[in-house]
Amino acid sequence: MSAQPMHFVSPAQFRDRVSEALADDGLRDNFRSAMNFLRDKRASQFPDPVETEALRDLGEAVRKHALAHLPALLEKLETNLQARGVEVHWAETPGEACAIIHRIATEAGATRVIKGKSMVSEEVELNHYLEARGVECLESDMGEYIVQLAGERPSHIVMPAIHKTKQDIARLFEQKIPDAGYTEDVDALIRTGREVLRERFMQADIGISGVNFAIAETGTLWLVENEGNGRLSTTVPDIHIAMMGIEKVVDTLEHAMPLASLLPRSATGQAATTYFNLITGPRRPGDQDGPRRMHLVLLDNGRTQAYADAQLRATLQCIRCGACMNHCPVYARVGGHAYGTTYPGPIGQILSPHLLGLDDSRDLPTASSLCGACAEVCPVRIPIPSLLMRLRTEANRAPGAAVAQPLAGQGASFSVGQKLVWRFWSGIYASPGRYRLLRWAATRFRWLAPRRQMGWTQHRTPLRPAARSLHDLMKARGQPR
Amino acid sequence: MSARERILARLRAAEPGAPVAPPDVAAYYAQRPRLTPGERLQQLCARLRASRADVMVAQPAEWARVAADALHLRGVRRLALNGEVRAEELAATLPPVIEAVRFDGEIESWKQEMFATIDAGFTPASAGIAATGALLLNHGGALPRTLSLVPPISLVCVDARDLYDDLHHASSSQRWADDMPTNRVLVSSPSRTADIQQTLAYGAHGPRELVVVVIADGDLA
Repeated sequence: MSAQPMHFVSPAQFRDRVSEALADDGLRDNFRSAMNFLRDKRASQFPDPVETEALRDLGEAVRKHALAHLPALLEKLETNLQARGVEVHWAETPGEACAIIHRIATEAGATRVIKGKSMVSEEVELNHYLEARGVECLESDMGEYIVQLAGERPSHIVMPAIHKTKQDIARLFEQKIPDAGYTEDVDALIRTGREVLRERFMQADIGISGVNFAIAETGTLWLVENEGNGRLSTTVPDIHIAMMGIEKVVDTLEHAMPLASLLPRSATGQAATTYFNLITGPRRPGDQDGPRRMHLVLLDNGRTQAYADAQLRATLQCIRCGACMNHCPVYARVGGHAYGTTYPGPIGQILSPHLLGLDDSRDLPTASSLCGACAEVCPVRIPIPSLLMRLRTEANRAPGAAVAQPLAGQGASFSVGQKLVWRFWSGIYASPGRYRLLRWAATRFRWLAPRRQMGWTQHRTPLRPAARSLHDLMKARGQPR
Repeated sequence: MSARERILARLRAAEPGAPVAPPDVAAYYAQRPRLTPGERLQQLCARLRASRADVMVAQPAEWARVAADALHLRGVRRLALNGEVRAEELAATLPPVIEAVRFDGEIESWKQEMFATIDAGFTPASAGIAATGALLLNHGGALPRTLSLVPPISLVCVDARDLYDDLHHASSSQRWADDMPTNRVLVSSPSRTADIQQTLAYGAHGPRELVVVVIADGDLA
């Protein structure tokens, strides 16, 4: 039942996947209607533009403040978690994060893991790692469960099974779940999922969850969810392991308040989710339930690279609401799987180059019209279009060029030919004499223009310089230059 | 060097960037208009009902009977509760067909029974949030988390004097950060999901029903 590993995202495959996705009318229908739904829901939660903008300012200020003090806040968080009996682990790579969790499982003799929703666990491909080592790893978020059952990966960070219709899911349940007949009734489908998973919550040795906000001052992990699977995963099993990227920390409980308002409103258009689950340590003496042991795994995986650069650092302000993908004209047309990355859409395009290196993600920053819809809805005001432009620059910078904070895969899209063309162009345009010479030559030798002009002539007639330049035409009319 | 030291060293070596002032969260919430106690009650009930909770408002002398009736109406046979004051009031009012179940000791000895036999769980809330229609449950100590999570019906009572405008109002007034219990939960509806084709379905993994009794005396009720 393990998900397909997807360690490597080749740029060539990205283009193929985009073409396939664009040709799939059913998929485009699913995404279009889902995006419309989520956009309307979000809009209904932000009726007052004055309040909206003030709250976004505050959300941005909170995240910027946390990032400005990130190393100190991580140490403060660690100290306060340890004071509550939580073991804190640090992982630089996905492999290290998986190995830490496998070691915890092995030491506890655990074989059954139930998972709440965690995008970081997707990022490190934890299910695959644990299953290969004989530890069963079951997703319990309904969307994640459906995607795991289908052997796929999430196509949206908030709604993982958004690419599937209820008919798809009815067929999937009929095939994969014993005694589940075919039904398109959503309530019945959810009941089936609930019954299958309920038993598993009770039997699981370990519960794994993500973290929405980590509060340094109190050592609290704040989880946001609707289904109750996050609460079950962090309550019923004997061991709770939480996973988070190092950027998720904020200083105080008060700082988390505006984020807790922005996140559900931006993500699913809810004033608040069903549950805000604030966990401060494992079961204490006198508590009747809750996990007896608790761990937090902090993951870097390229985040320190984004952090090193003062402009790219804004990438880490993200609270993972998914509003940028819901409003992205590219995402709505190609869907989440085409990107081939754990995080699709605009946020994935600016985050993945740090996680994977520009070699494997060089085309992602170009998959954007720079329309700016993402930045307009971002609850913490990440300037996504300017970060995309910056990553394009870095992908085209000469591989050996010395810069203060080089990115992994710098120059992945660099081409000597293109560089020479631009050098030629700037040489011509920088000098009036050379420019006049080129104008003279272009109008005289226009018949030399090739008939086949790559992509342009697939659907259009070839371009050819005009017989007379604009300058000449204006001079002929006696206009002042 | 350990992974921890290497990560922290990289963060400390980063470009400093522009200075960042601490966010003034309190100032933002202070300039928002305050609700009257009546408005708070009205907003809380409206928001909770909009997310499919069954909400009743009752006098202090009446609330336990109102709650017991709501459970009886739903065919509850076994109600899990703890030894807290409100729970004792409720237990004393239950009709004979509803058995009050109190779990002693830690979850390992009663997990099976909780999952298999309990129809409803009772949890008193420590606060209500008007802006989002949410109830604060301070789990830990003698108030197990599973009480409001595992049984198919969750019954919650809240005192109208404990209502606040928004999350910030509640957390600053009650000074949450000074003393965090093991598990603070804010609940605003029955468990739900829209993971199948954006169709909202209730009773995902937690309670299918949320029954709320707001205890309000005199002019408020």
